[in-house]
Amino acid sequence: MLLCGLAVLAMLVLIVYELVLRSGSSWRAFGFKFFAGRDWDPVNEQFGALPFIYGTLVSSFLALLIAVPLSIGVAVFTTEMCPAMLRGPLSFFVELLAAIPSVVYGLWAIFVLIPLLSNYIEPFLSRTLGWTGLFVGPPYGISMLAAGIILAIMIIPIISSITREVLMVVPQHQREAALALGATRWEMIRVGVLRNARAGIMGGIILGLGRALGETMAVTMVIGNRPEIAKSLFAPGYTMASVLANEFSEATGNVYLSALIEIGLALFLVTIVVNALARLLVWTVTRGQSASAHA
Amino acid sequence: MPETDKASVLHTVPHIALRRRITDHAMTGVAVLTVILVLVPLFAIFAYLVYRGVGSINWAFLTQTPKPVGEAGGGMANAIVGSAFILALASILGVPVGVGAGIYLAEFGRNRLGDVIRFTADVLNGVPSIVIGIVAYAIVVLSQKHFSALAGGVALAIMMVPTIARTTEEMLLLVPQALREAAYGLGIPRWRTTLSITLRTATSGVITGIMLAFARVAGETAPLLFTAFGNQFWNLRVNQPTAALPLQIFTYAISPYDEWHRQAWAGALVLIILIVTAVAAVRFAVRRGTFGAA
Repeated sequence: MLLCGLAVLAMLVLIVYELVLRSGSSWRAFGFKFFAGRDWDPVNEQFGALPFIYGTLVSSFLALLIAVPLSIGVAVFTTEMCPAMLRGPLSFFVELLAAIPSVVYGLWAIFVLIPLLSNYIEPFLSRTLGWTGLFVGPPYGISMLAAGIILAIMIIPIISSITREVLMVVPQHQREAALALGATRWEMIRVGVLRNARAGIMGGIILGLGRALGETMAVTMVIGNRPEIAKSLFAPGYTMASVLANEFSEATGNVYLSALIEIGLALFLVTIVVNALARLLVWTVTRGQSASAHA
Repeated sequence: MPETDKASVLHTVPHIALRRRITDHAMTGVAVLTVILVLVPLFAIFAYLVYRGVGSINWAFLTQTPKPVGEAGGGMANAIVGSAFILALASILGVPVGVGAGIYLAEFGRNRLGDVIRFTADVLNGVPSIVIGIVAYAIVVLSQKHFSALAGGVALAIMMVPTIARTTEEMLLLVPQALREAAYGLGIPRWRTTLSITLRTATSGVITGIMLAFARVAGETAPLLFTAFGNQFWNLRVNQPTAALPLQIFTYAISPYDEWHRQAWAGALVLIILIVTAVAAVRFAVRRGTFGAA
Protein backbone atom coordinates (compact mmCIF):
# COMPACT_ATOMS: atom_id res chain seq x y z
CA MET A 1 0.00 0.00 0.00
CA LEU A 2 2.82 2.33 0.91
CA LEU A 3 4.35 1.42 -2.42
CA CYS A 4 1.21 2.57 -4.25
CA GLY A 5 1.21 5.76 -2.26
CA LEU A 6 4.81 6.38 -3.15
CA ALA A 7 3.95 5.64 -6.78
CA VAL A 8 1.85 8.81 -6.76
CA LEU A 9 4.89 10.80 -5.67
CA ALA A 10 7.02 8.95 -8.19
CA MET A 11 4.69 10.00 -11.01
CA LEU A 12 5.14 13.65 -10.22
CA VAL A 13 8.91 13.24 -9.97
CA LEU A 14 8.92 11.32 -13.25
CA ILE A 15 6.94 14.05 -15.02
CA VAL A 16 9.35 16.74 -13.83
CA TYR A 17 12.41 14.63 -14.63
CA GLU A 18 11.35 13.75 -18.18
CA LEU A 19 10.27 17.30 -19.01
CA VAL A 20 13.45 18.87 -17.67
CA LEU A 21 15.71 16.27 -19.26
CA ARG A 22 14.12 16.41 -22.71
CA SER A 23 13.83 20.17 -22.90
CA GLY A 24 17.55 20.56 -22.19
CA SER A 25 18.80 21.22 -25.70
CA SER A 26 16.23 23.96 -26.30
CA TRP A 27 17.14 25.53 -22.96
CA ARG A 28 20.84 25.51 -23.88
CA ALA A 29 20.12 26.98 -27.31
CA PHE A 30 17.79 29.82 -26.32
CA GLY A 31 17.89 30.32 -22.56
CA PHE A 32 15.44 32.89 -21.24
CA LYS A 33 15.04 34.39 -24.71
CA PHE A 34 12.82 31.40 -25.46
CA PHE A 35 9.99 32.99 -23.48
CA ALA A 36 10.47 36.46 -24.96
CA GLY A 37 10.96 35.56 -28.62
CA ARG A 38 8.11 36.11 -31.05
CA ASP A 39 9.38 33.99 -33.93
CA TRP A 40 8.33 30.38 -34.30
CA ASP A 41 10.23 29.11 -37.30
CA PRO A 42 10.82 25.34 -37.33
CA VAL A 43 12.55 25.49 -40.73
CA ASN A 44 15.36 27.73 -39.46
CA GLU A 45 15.16 26.28 -35.96
CA GLN A 46 14.33 29.61 -34.35
CA PHE A 47 11.90 29.19 -31.48
CA GLY A 48 10.22 31.83 -29.35
CA ALA A 49 7.22 30.94 -27.21
CA LEU A 50 5.75 34.36 -26.56
CA PRO A 51 2.77 34.10 -28.98
CA PHE A 52 1.72 30.84 -27.33
CA ILE A 53 2.06 32.21 -23.82
CA TYR A 54 0.08 35.27 -24.88
CA GLY A 55 -2.64 33.11 -26.46
CA THR A 56 -2.93 30.86 -23.42
CA LEU A 57 -3.20 33.79 -21.03
CA VAL A 58 -5.66 35.82 -23.08
CA SER A 59 -7.98 32.91 -23.87
CA SER A 60 -7.98 31.76 -20.23
CA PHE A 61 -8.68 35.19 -18.79
CA LEU A 62 -11.41 35.75 -21.35
CA ALA A 63 -12.91 32.45 -20.22
CA LEU A 64 -12.75 33.52 -16.56
CA LEU A 65 -14.37 36.84 -17.38
CA ILE A 66 -17.37 35.01 -18.83
CA ALA A 67 -17.45 31.99 -16.53
CA VAL A 68 -16.98 33.51 -13.08
CA PRO A 69 -20.18 35.58 -12.82
CA LEU A 70 -22.23 32.78 -14.39
CA SER A 71 -20.80 30.09 -12.12
CA ILE A 72 -21.28 32.08 -8.96
CA GLY A 73 -24.83 32.91 -10.04
CA VAL A 74 -25.60 29.24 -10.58
CA ALA A 75 -24.04 28.23 -7.27
CA VAL A 76 -25.92 30.91 -5.35
CA PHE A 77 -29.16 29.94 -7.03
CA THR A 78 -28.79 26.23 -6.28
CA THR A 79 -27.75 26.65 -2.65
CA GLU A 80 -29.74 29.69 -1.52
CA MET A 81 -32.69 30.32 -3.77
CA CYS A 82 -34.05 27.38 -5.62
CA PRO A 83 -36.74 25.03 -4.32
CA ALA A 84 -35.24 21.88 -2.77
CA MET A 85 -36.92 19.84 -5.48
CA LEU A 86 -34.87 21.49 -8.24
CA ARG A 87 -31.54 21.30 -6.45
CA GLY A 88 -30.66 17.70 -7.39
CA PRO A 89 -31.53 17.89 -11.11
CA LEU A 90 -29.84 21.28 -11.50
CA SER A 91 -26.52 20.19 -10.09
CA PHE A 92 -26.82 16.99 -12.13
CA PHE A 93 -27.19 18.99 -15.34
CA VAL A 94 -24.24 21.21 -14.53
CA GLU A 95 -22.16 18.12 -13.72
CA LEU A 96 -23.20 16.70 -17.06
CA LEU A 97 -21.46 19.66 -18.71
CA ALA A 98 -18.26 18.45 -17.06
CA ALA A 99 -18.74 14.95 -18.47
CA ILE A 100 -18.75 16.07 -22.12
CA PRO A 101 -15.33 15.32 -23.64
CA SER A 102 -13.25 18.23 -24.85
CA VAL A 103 -13.26 16.99 -28.44
CA VAL A 104 -17.07 17.01 -28.52
CA TYR A 105 -17.09 20.64 -27.34
CA GLY A 106 -14.70 21.37 -30.17
CA LEU A 107 -16.90 19.61 -32.70
CA TRP A 108 -19.94 21.56 -31.55
CA ALA A 109 -17.98 24.80 -31.59
CA ILE A 110 -16.81 24.27 -35.18
CA PHE A 111 -20.29 23.62 -36.53
CA VAL A 112 -22.52 25.75 -34.27
CA LEU A 113 -20.58 28.35 -32.30
CA ILE A 114 -18.28 29.52 -35.12
CA PRO A 115 -21.07 30.18 -37.66
CA LEU A 116 -23.07 31.92 -34.92
CA LEU A 117 -20.09 34.12 -34.10
CA SER A 118 -19.19 35.02 -37.66
CA ASN A 119 -22.75 35.69 -38.80
CA TYR A 120 -24.28 37.47 -35.83
CA ILE A 121 -22.19 38.05 -32.73
CA GLU A 122 -18.94 39.35 -34.22
CA PRO A 123 -20.57 41.83 -36.66
CA PHE A 124 -22.70 43.08 -33.77
CA LEU A 125 -19.69 43.47 -31.46
CA SER A 126 -17.65 45.27 -34.09
CA ARG A 127 -20.54 47.71 -34.72
CA THR A 128 -21.10 48.50 -31.05
CA LEU A 129 -17.68 48.02 -29.45
CA GLY A 130 -15.39 48.36 -32.45
CA TRP A 131 -13.95 51.62 -31.08
CA THR A 132 -12.15 49.72 -28.30
CA GLY A 133 -9.91 48.06 -30.86
CA LEU A 134 -10.66 44.68 -29.31
CA PHE A 135 -13.38 43.80 -31.77
CA VAL A 136 -12.05 44.71 -35.19
CA GLY A 137 -11.09 42.78 -38.29
CA PRO A 138 -12.91 40.31 -40.49
CA PRO A 139 -15.46 38.22 -38.55
CA TYR A 140 -14.36 34.73 -39.56
CA GLY A 141 -15.53 33.17 -36.30
CA ILE A 142 -12.32 31.21 -35.80
CA SER A 143 -10.71 33.45 -33.21
CA MET A 144 -9.41 34.09 -29.73
CA LEU A 145 -12.98 35.04 -28.80
CA ALA A 146 -14.31 31.63 -29.85
CA ALA A 147 -11.61 29.94 -27.74
CA GLY A 148 -12.54 32.08 -24.73
CA ILE A 149 -16.23 31.25 -25.04
CA ILE A 150 -15.76 27.51 -25.43
CA LEU A 151 -13.31 27.48 -22.50
CA ALA A 152 -15.84 29.39 -20.40
CA ILE A 153 -18.50 26.76 -21.06
CA MET A 154 -16.00 24.06 -20.09
CA ILE A 155 -14.87 25.57 -16.78
CA ILE A 156 -18.30 26.65 -15.50
CA PRO A 157 -19.02 23.22 -13.96
CA ILE A 158 -15.72 23.28 -12.03
CA ILE A 159 -16.10 26.75 -10.60
CA SER A 160 -19.78 26.39 -9.82
CA SER A 161 -19.47 22.98 -8.14
CA ILE A 162 -16.68 24.19 -5.87
CA THR A 163 -18.49 27.43 -5.11
CA ARG A 164 -21.59 25.42 -4.25
CA GLU A 165 -19.59 23.27 -1.89
CA VAL A 166 -18.01 26.26 -0.23
CA LEU A 167 -21.37 28.01 0.16
CA MET A 168 -22.82 24.92 1.77
CA VAL A 169 -20.23 24.91 4.55
CA VAL A 170 -21.05 28.50 5.55
CA PRO A 171 -22.68 28.02 8.97
CA GLN A 172 -26.46 28.28 8.98
CA HIS A 173 -26.43 30.76 11.88
CA GLN A 174 -24.67 33.33 9.67
CA ARG A 175 -27.74 33.32 7.45
CA GLU A 176 -30.13 33.39 10.38
CA ALA A 177 -28.27 36.29 11.98
CA ALA A 178 -28.47 38.34 8.79
CA LEU A 179 -32.16 37.62 8.37
CA ALA A 180 -32.83 38.45 12.02
CA LEU A 181 -31.29 41.89 11.45
CA GLY A 182 -33.93 42.50 8.82
CA ALA A 183 -31.85 41.74 5.74
CA THR A 184 -33.61 40.80 2.54
CA ARG A 185 -32.60 37.49 0.99
CA TRP A 186 -30.06 39.10 -1.34
CA GLU A 187 -28.54 41.13 1.50
CA MET A 188 -28.32 37.94 3.54
CA ILE A 189 -26.52 36.21 0.66
CA ARG A 190 -24.16 39.13 0.12
CA VAL A 191 -23.26 39.82 3.73
CA GLY A 192 -23.81 36.48 5.41
CA VAL A 193 -22.84 33.98 2.75
CA LEU A 194 -20.66 35.32 -0.06
CA ARG A 195 -18.44 37.38 2.21
CA ASN A 196 -17.70 34.32 4.35
CA ALA A 197 -17.02 32.15 1.35
CA ARG A 198 -14.64 34.52 -0.45
CA ALA A 199 -11.47 32.47 -0.01
CA GLY A 200 -13.14 29.25 -1.11
CA ILE A 201 -14.75 30.84 -4.16
CA MET A 202 -11.36 32.28 -5.10
CA GLY A 203 -9.95 28.75 -4.85
CA GLY A 204 -12.65 27.48 -7.21
CA ILE A 205 -11.90 30.27 -9.69
CA ILE A 206 -8.18 29.50 -9.66
CA LEU A 207 -8.92 25.81 -10.15
CA GLY A 208 -11.01 26.77 -13.17
CA LEU A 209 -8.13 28.87 -14.43
CA GLY A 210 -5.83 25.87 -14.10
CA ARG A 211 -8.17 23.82 -16.23
CA ALA A 212 -8.50 26.57 -18.84
CA LEU A 213 -4.72 27.00 -19.13
CA GLY A 214 -4.16 23.33 -19.96
CA GLU A 215 -7.25 22.69 -22.05
CA THR A 216 -6.19 21.45 -25.44
CA MET A 217 -8.57 19.94 -27.95
CA ALA A 218 -11.53 22.29 -28.04
CA VAL A 219 -9.22 25.31 -28.17
CA THR A 220 -7.08 23.81 -30.93
CA MET A 221 -10.21 23.29 -33.00
CA VAL A 222 -11.44 26.90 -32.83
CA ILE A 223 -8.55 29.28 -32.15
CA GLY A 224 -7.09 29.30 -35.66
CA ASN A 225 -3.58 28.14 -34.74
CA ARG A 226 -1.56 31.10 -35.95
CA PRO A 227 1.44 32.12 -33.79
CA GLU A 228 0.80 35.86 -33.83
CA ILE A 229 0.09 38.44 -31.19
CA ALA A 230 -2.92 40.51 -32.15
CA LYS A 231 -4.89 42.95 -30.05
CA SER A 232 -8.21 42.15 -31.68
CA LEU A 233 -10.11 39.23 -30.20
CA PHE A 234 -11.40 38.43 -33.70
CA ALA A 235 -7.88 37.52 -34.81
CA PRO A 236 -6.70 33.91 -34.70
CA GLY A 237 -4.18 32.94 -32.04
CA TYR A 238 -2.37 29.91 -30.72
CA THR A 239 -1.97 28.45 -27.23
CA MET A 240 0.79 26.46 -25.55
CA ALA A 241 -1.37 23.36 -25.33
CA SER A 242 -2.55 23.53 -28.93
CA VAL A 243 0.91 23.96 -30.43
CA LEU A 244 1.84 20.75 -28.63
CA ALA A 245 -1.24 19.01 -29.99
CA ASN A 246 -0.58 20.13 -33.56
CA GLU A 247 3.15 19.89 -33.94
CA PHE A 248 4.47 17.37 -31.44
CA SER A 249 4.04 14.20 -33.48
CA GLU A 250 5.48 15.92 -36.57
CA ALA A 251 8.43 17.60 -34.92
CA THR A 252 11.55 16.82 -36.87
CA GLY A 253 14.91 17.48 -35.33
CA ASN A 254 16.10 17.45 -31.80
CA VAL A 255 15.85 21.16 -31.12
CA TYR A 256 12.29 21.41 -32.45
CA LEU A 257 11.09 18.57 -30.23
CA SER A 258 13.00 19.95 -27.31
CA ALA A 259 11.46 23.40 -27.80
CA LEU A 260 7.99 21.86 -27.76
CA ILE A 261 8.79 19.93 -24.58
CA GLU A 262 10.03 23.15 -23.00
CA ILE A 263 6.62 24.68 -23.73
CA GLY A 264 5.13 21.61 -22.04
CA LEU A 265 7.38 22.14 -19.04
CA ALA A 266 6.36 25.80 -18.76
CA LEU A 267 2.69 24.84 -19.01
CA PHE A 268 3.21 22.17 -16.36
CA LEU A 269 4.92 24.53 -13.93
CA VAL A 270 2.26 27.22 -14.33
CA THR A 271 -0.61 24.79 -13.77
CA ILE A 272 1.17 23.22 -10.78
CA VAL A 273 1.51 26.60 -9.09
CA VAL A 274 -2.05 27.59 -9.96
CA ASN A 275 -3.48 24.29 -8.73
CA ALA A 276 -1.46 24.19 -5.54
CA LEU A 277 -2.66 27.68 -4.71
CA ALA A 278 -6.28 26.74 -5.42
CA ARG A 279 -6.10 23.55 -3.36
CA LEU A 280 -4.67 25.41 -0.40
CA LEU A 281 -7.48 27.97 -0.56
CA VAL A 282 -10.21 25.35 -0.87
CA TRP A 283 -8.66 23.23 1.86
CA THR A 284 -8.56 26.05 4.36
CA VAL A 285 -12.26 26.65 3.82
CA THR A 286 -13.66 23.12 3.66
CA ARG A 287 -11.20 21.58 6.11
CA GLY A 288 -12.91 18.82 8.05
CA GLN A 289 -15.61 18.55 5.41
CA SER A 290 -15.59 15.94 2.69
CA ALA A 291 -12.98 16.88 0.10
CA SER A 292 -15.28 15.37 -2.56
CA ALA A 293 -14.62 13.98 -5.97
CA HIS A 294 -14.80 16.92 -8.29
CA ALA A 295 -12.05 18.06 -10.65
CA MET B 1 -36.30 70.77 13.25
CA PRO B 2 -37.32 67.50 14.91
CA GLU B 3 -40.50 67.57 12.89
CA THR B 4 -38.68 67.82 9.57
CA ASP B 5 -36.37 65.05 10.71
CA LYS B 6 -39.31 62.87 11.46
CA ALA B 7 -40.86 63.65 8.14
CA SER B 8 -37.72 62.86 6.23
CA VAL B 9 -37.37 59.59 8.09
CA LEU B 10 -40.92 58.69 7.28
CA HIS B 11 -40.29 59.54 3.69
CA THR B 12 -37.00 57.74 3.33
CA VAL B 13 -37.77 54.50 5.13
CA PRO B 14 -40.30 53.16 2.64
CA HIS B 15 -38.08 54.51 -0.14
CA ILE B 16 -35.08 52.53 1.06
CA ALA B 17 -37.20 49.50 1.73
CA LEU B 18 -38.53 49.67 -1.80
CA ARG B 19 -35.05 49.98 -3.23
CA ARG B 20 -33.90 47.00 -1.16
CA ARG B 21 -36.88 44.98 -2.26
CA ILE B 22 -36.19 45.81 -5.88
CA THR B 23 -32.52 44.90 -5.49
CA ASP B 24 -33.54 41.63 -3.90
CA HIS B 25 -35.87 40.74 -6.77
CA ALA B 26 -33.37 41.91 -9.34
CA MET B 27 -30.61 39.73 -7.92
CA THR B 28 -32.94 36.73 -7.86
CA GLY B 29 -33.67 37.49 -11.49
CA VAL B 30 -29.96 37.70 -12.28
CA ALA B 31 -29.34 34.35 -10.60
CA VAL B 32 -32.12 32.71 -12.60
CA LEU B 33 -30.70 34.28 -15.75
CA THR B 34 -27.24 32.82 -15.09
CA VAL B 35 -28.77 29.38 -14.64
CA ILE B 36 -30.55 29.74 -17.98
CA LEU B 37 -27.38 30.99 -19.69
CA VAL B 38 -25.44 27.99 -18.38
CA LEU B 39 -28.07 25.43 -19.29
CA VAL B 40 -28.65 26.74 -22.83
CA PRO B 41 -25.29 25.56 -24.23
CA LEU B 42 -25.74 22.22 -22.46
CA PHE B 43 -29.07 21.58 -24.13
CA ALA B 44 -27.85 23.08 -27.40
CA ILE B 45 -24.91 20.68 -27.46
CA PHE B 46 -27.00 17.62 -26.64
CA ALA B 47 -29.82 18.53 -29.01
CA TYR B 48 -27.47 19.20 -31.91
CA LEU B 49 -25.44 16.09 -31.13
CA VAL B 50 -28.50 13.87 -31.18
CA TYR B 51 -29.87 15.63 -34.28
CA ARG B 52 -26.66 15.17 -36.29
CA GLY B 53 -25.57 11.91 -34.70
CA VAL B 54 -28.73 9.80 -34.92
CA GLY B 55 -29.00 10.34 -38.67
CA SER B 56 -25.41 9.24 -39.14
CA ILE B 57 -25.18 6.11 -37.03
CA ASN B 58 -25.84 3.00 -39.01
CA TRP B 59 -24.73 -0.58 -39.10
CA ALA B 60 -21.77 0.17 -41.34
CA PHE B 61 -20.55 2.85 -38.95
CA LEU B 62 -20.46 0.38 -36.08
CA THR B 63 -18.93 -2.55 -37.99
CA GLN B 64 -16.56 -1.19 -40.67
CA THR B 65 -13.17 0.48 -40.73
CA PRO B 66 -12.71 3.91 -42.35
CA LYS B 67 -12.91 4.18 -46.13
CA PRO B 68 -10.37 6.29 -48.05
CA VAL B 69 -11.21 9.96 -48.63
CA GLY B 70 -13.90 10.44 -51.26
CA GLU B 71 -15.54 7.07 -50.82
CA ALA B 72 -18.83 7.11 -48.97
CA GLY B 73 -19.54 4.67 -46.17
CA GLY B 74 -17.13 3.06 -43.80
CA GLY B 75 -17.20 3.42 -40.07
CA MET B 76 -15.34 3.63 -36.81
CA ALA B 77 -15.52 0.04 -35.62
CA ASN B 78 -11.74 -0.16 -35.24
CA ALA B 79 -11.71 3.09 -33.27
CA ILE B 80 -14.46 1.92 -30.89
CA VAL B 81 -12.64 -1.34 -30.24
CA GLY B 82 -9.31 0.49 -30.07
CA SER B 83 -10.66 2.85 -27.42
CA ALA B 84 -11.91 -0.09 -25.39
CA PHE B 85 -8.51 -1.73 -25.76
CA ILE B 86 -6.55 1.35 -24.62
CA LEU B 87 -8.97 1.93 -21.74
CA ALA B 88 -8.59 -1.71 -20.66
CA LEU B 89 -4.80 -1.31 -20.65
CA ALA B 90 -5.12 1.93 -18.68
CA SER B 91 -7.43 0.29 -16.13
CA ILE B 92 -5.15 -2.72 -15.66
CA LEU B 93 -2.24 -0.36 -14.95
CA GLY B 94 -4.05 2.42 -13.11
CA VAL B 95 -6.77 0.86 -10.97
CA PRO B 96 -4.60 -1.31 -8.67
CA VAL B 97 -2.15 1.54 -8.05
CA GLY B 98 -4.96 4.03 -7.46
CA VAL B 99 -6.89 1.79 -5.07
CA GLY B 100 -3.67 0.86 -3.28
CA ALA B 101 -2.74 4.50 -2.82
CA GLY B 102 -6.26 5.22 -1.56
CA ILE B 103 -6.00 2.42 0.99
CA TYR B 104 -2.66 3.74 2.15
CA LEU B 105 -4.04 7.24 2.55
CA ALA B 106 -7.12 6.14 4.46
CA GLU B 107 -5.67 3.44 6.70
CA PHE B 108 -2.02 4.39 7.18
CA GLY B 109 -1.79 7.93 5.91
CA ARG B 110 -2.70 10.02 8.96
CA ASN B 111 0.78 11.51 9.00
CA ARG B 112 3.14 13.89 7.24
CA LEU B 113 3.85 11.54 4.34
CA GLY B 114 0.14 10.95 3.88
CA ASP B 115 -0.47 14.69 3.62
CA VAL B 116 2.30 15.03 1.04
CA ILE B 117 0.88 12.20 -1.07
CA ARG B 118 -2.65 13.58 -0.76
CA PHE B 119 -1.50 17.00 -1.92
CA THR B 120 0.54 15.48 -4.77
CA ALA B 121 -2.50 13.53 -5.94
CA ASP B 122 -4.62 16.68 -6.00
CA VAL B 123 -1.94 18.57 -7.89
CA LEU B 124 -1.49 15.69 -10.38
CA ASN B 125 -5.23 15.88 -10.98
CA GLY B 126 -4.73 19.34 -12.40
CA VAL B 127 -1.79 18.61 -14.70
CA PRO B 128 -2.90 19.25 -18.30
CA SER B 129 -3.56 15.98 -20.10
CA ILE B 130 -1.33 17.02 -23.01
CA VAL B 131 1.65 17.23 -20.63
CA ILE B 132 0.90 13.69 -19.44
CA GLY B 133 0.96 12.73 -23.12
CA ILE B 134 4.46 14.16 -23.49
CA VAL B 135 5.67 12.14 -20.53
CA ALA B 136 4.14 8.92 -21.85
CA TYR B 137 5.79 9.72 -25.19
CA ALA B 138 9.15 10.21 -23.52
CA ILE B 139 8.91 7.03 -21.47
CA VAL B 140 7.23 4.55 -23.80
CA VAL B 141 7.34 5.82 -27.38
CA LEU B 142 10.98 6.90 -27.35
CA SER B 143 12.12 3.60 -25.87
CA GLN B 144 9.96 1.51 -28.23
CA LYS B 145 10.83 3.74 -31.19
CA HIS B 146 7.20 3.88 -32.36
CA PHE B 147 3.70 4.89 -31.28
CA SER B 148 1.70 2.21 -29.49
CA ALA B 149 -1.50 1.30 -27.67
CA LEU B 150 0.63 0.73 -24.57
CA ALA B 151 1.84 4.33 -24.59
CA GLY B 152 -1.78 5.52 -24.76
CA GLY B 153 -2.67 3.18 -21.91
CA VAL B 154 0.19 4.48 -19.77
CA ALA B 155 -0.87 8.10 -20.37
CA LEU B 156 -4.48 7.42 -19.38
CA ALA B 157 -3.40 5.31 -16.39
CA ILE B 158 -1.33 8.21 -15.03
CA MET B 159 -4.48 10.33 -15.27
CA MET B 160 -6.66 7.75 -13.52
CA VAL B 161 -4.49 7.13 -10.47
CA PRO B 162 -4.95 10.41 -8.54
CA THR B 163 -8.73 10.46 -9.00
CA ILE B 164 -9.10 6.83 -7.91
CA ALA B 165 -6.74 7.29 -4.96
CA ARG B 166 -8.68 10.25 -3.56
CA THR B 167 -12.17 8.75 -3.99
CA THR B 168 -11.05 5.40 -2.58
CA GLU B 169 -9.64 7.18 0.45
CA GLU B 170 -12.87 9.07 0.97
CA MET B 171 -14.99 5.94 0.71
CA LEU B 172 -12.79 3.99 3.13
CA LEU B 173 -12.98 6.81 5.67
CA LEU B 174 -16.77 6.45 5.64
CA VAL B 175 -16.48 2.91 6.98
CA PRO B 176 -17.26 3.08 10.73
CA GLN B 177 -14.24 2.75 12.99
CA ALA B 178 -16.19 0.23 15.10
CA LEU B 179 -16.00 -2.31 12.28
CA ARG B 180 -12.21 -2.13 12.25
CA GLU B 181 -12.07 -2.37 16.04
CA ALA B 182 -14.35 -5.39 16.01
CA ALA B 183 -11.96 -7.10 13.60
CA TYR B 184 -8.92 -6.23 15.72
CA GLY B 185 -10.80 -7.55 18.75
CA LEU B 186 -11.12 -10.91 17.02
CA GLY B 187 -7.35 -10.97 16.60
CA ILE B 188 -7.39 -10.34 12.87
CA PRO B 189 -4.18 -8.67 11.67
CA ARG B 190 -4.36 -5.15 10.32
CA TRP B 191 -3.68 -5.94 6.66
CA ARG B 192 -6.37 -8.61 6.71
CA THR B 193 -8.82 -6.24 8.33
CA THR B 194 -8.14 -3.63 5.68
CA LEU B 195 -8.66 -6.00 2.77
CA SER B 196 -11.48 -8.21 4.02
CA ILE B 197 -13.44 -5.83 6.24
CA THR B 198 -12.82 -2.19 5.32
CA LEU B 199 -12.30 -2.47 1.58
CA ARG B 200 -15.08 -5.03 1.29
CA THR B 201 -17.55 -2.76 3.08
CA ALA B 202 -16.64 0.18 0.87
CA THR B 203 -16.66 -1.79 -2.40
CA SER B 204 -19.57 0.04 -4.04
CA GLY B 205 -18.07 3.43 -3.24
CA VAL B 206 -14.64 2.43 -4.53
CA ILE B 207 -16.19 1.17 -7.76
CA THR B 208 -17.98 4.51 -8.09
CA GLY B 209 -14.62 6.27 -7.93
CA ILE B 210 -13.13 3.94 -10.52
CA MET B 211 -16.06 4.52 -12.87
CA LEU B 212 -15.75 8.29 -12.49
CA ALA B 213 -12.06 8.15 -13.34
CA PHE B 214 -12.86 5.84 -16.25
CA ALA B 215 -15.50 8.21 -17.61
CA ARG B 216 -13.09 11.10 -17.30
CA VAL B 217 -10.31 9.50 -19.35
CA ALA B 218 -12.63 7.79 -21.84
CA GLY B 219 -13.12 11.03 -23.75
CA GLU B 220 -9.52 12.20 -23.53
CA THR B 221 -7.92 13.03 -26.85
CA ALA B 222 -4.88 15.15 -26.13
CA PRO B 223 -2.74 12.49 -24.39
CA LEU B 224 -3.44 10.01 -27.20
CA LEU B 225 -2.32 12.26 -30.07
CA PHE B 226 1.30 11.23 -29.87
CA THR B 227 1.03 8.01 -27.90
CA ALA B 228 -1.70 5.77 -29.40
CA PHE B 229 -1.48 8.01 -32.52
CA GLY B 230 -4.46 6.52 -34.36
CA ASN B 231 -4.73 3.93 -37.07
CA GLN B 232 -6.98 3.44 -40.09
CA PHE B 233 -7.01 -0.31 -39.63
CA TRP B 234 -7.69 -2.94 -36.98
CA ASN B 235 -5.06 -3.35 -34.34
CA LEU B 236 -5.08 -5.27 -31.10
CA ARG B 237 -1.35 -5.51 -30.55
CA VAL B 238 -0.01 -3.71 -27.53
CA ASN B 239 3.05 -2.32 -29.32
CA GLN B 240 1.37 -0.94 -32.45
CA PRO B 241 -0.39 2.38 -33.15
CA THR B 242 -4.09 2.08 -32.37
CA ALA B 243 -7.20 3.99 -33.36
CA ALA B 244 -9.27 5.61 -30.61
CA LEU B 245 -12.74 7.09 -30.83
CA PRO B 246 -11.85 10.62 -29.60
CA LEU B 247 -8.84 10.76 -31.93
CA GLN B 248 -10.96 9.73 -34.89
CA ILE B 249 -13.58 12.38 -34.03
CA PHE B 250 -10.85 15.03 -33.90
CA THR B 251 -9.31 14.02 -37.23
CA TYR B 252 -12.70 13.95 -38.94
CA ALA B 253 -13.96 17.18 -37.35
CA ILE B 254 -11.08 19.30 -38.68
CA SER B 255 -11.16 17.68 -42.12
CA PRO B 256 -12.86 19.47 -45.03
CA TYR B 257 -15.09 16.52 -46.04
CA ASP B 258 -18.83 16.40 -45.37
CA GLU B 259 -18.86 12.64 -45.16
CA TRP B 260 -16.20 12.74 -42.45
CA HIS B 261 -18.07 15.48 -40.56
CA ARG B 262 -21.13 13.25 -40.55
CA GLN B 263 -19.09 10.41 -39.09
CA ALA B 264 -17.52 12.70 -36.50
CA TRP B 265 -20.99 13.49 -35.19
CA ALA B 266 -21.91 9.82 -35.12
CA GLY B 267 -18.70 9.06 -33.23
CA ALA B 268 -19.32 11.87 -30.77
CA LEU B 269 -22.82 10.56 -30.08
CA VAL B 270 -21.50 7.05 -29.44
CA LEU B 271 -18.81 8.44 -27.13
CA ILE B 272 -21.26 10.62 -25.20
CA ILE B 273 -23.73 7.76 -24.79
CA LEU B 274 -20.98 5.58 -23.34
CA ILE B 275 -19.81 8.27 -20.92
CA VAL B 276 -23.22 9.51 -19.81
CA THR B 277 -24.37 5.96 -19.27
CA ALA B 278 -21.37 5.36 -17.03
CA VAL B 279 -21.90 8.58 -15.05
CA ALA B 280 -25.65 8.06 -14.70
CA ALA B 281 -25.16 4.44 -13.63
CA VAL B 282 -22.71 5.61 -10.99
CA ARG B 283 -25.11 8.27 -9.71
CA PHE B 284 -27.91 5.75 -9.55
CA ALA B 285 -25.76 3.21 -7.73
CA VAL B 286 -24.54 5.84 -5.29
CA ARG B 287 -28.02 6.99 -4.44
CA ARG B 288 -29.14 3.42 -3.79
CA GLY B 289 -26.05 2.31 -1.91
CA THR B 290 -25.01 3.22 1.58
CA PHE B 291 -22.52 5.86 0.49
CA GLY B 292 -24.22 9.13 -0.28
CA ALA B 293 -21.13 11.30 -0.36
CA ALA B 294 -20.68 11.88 -4.08
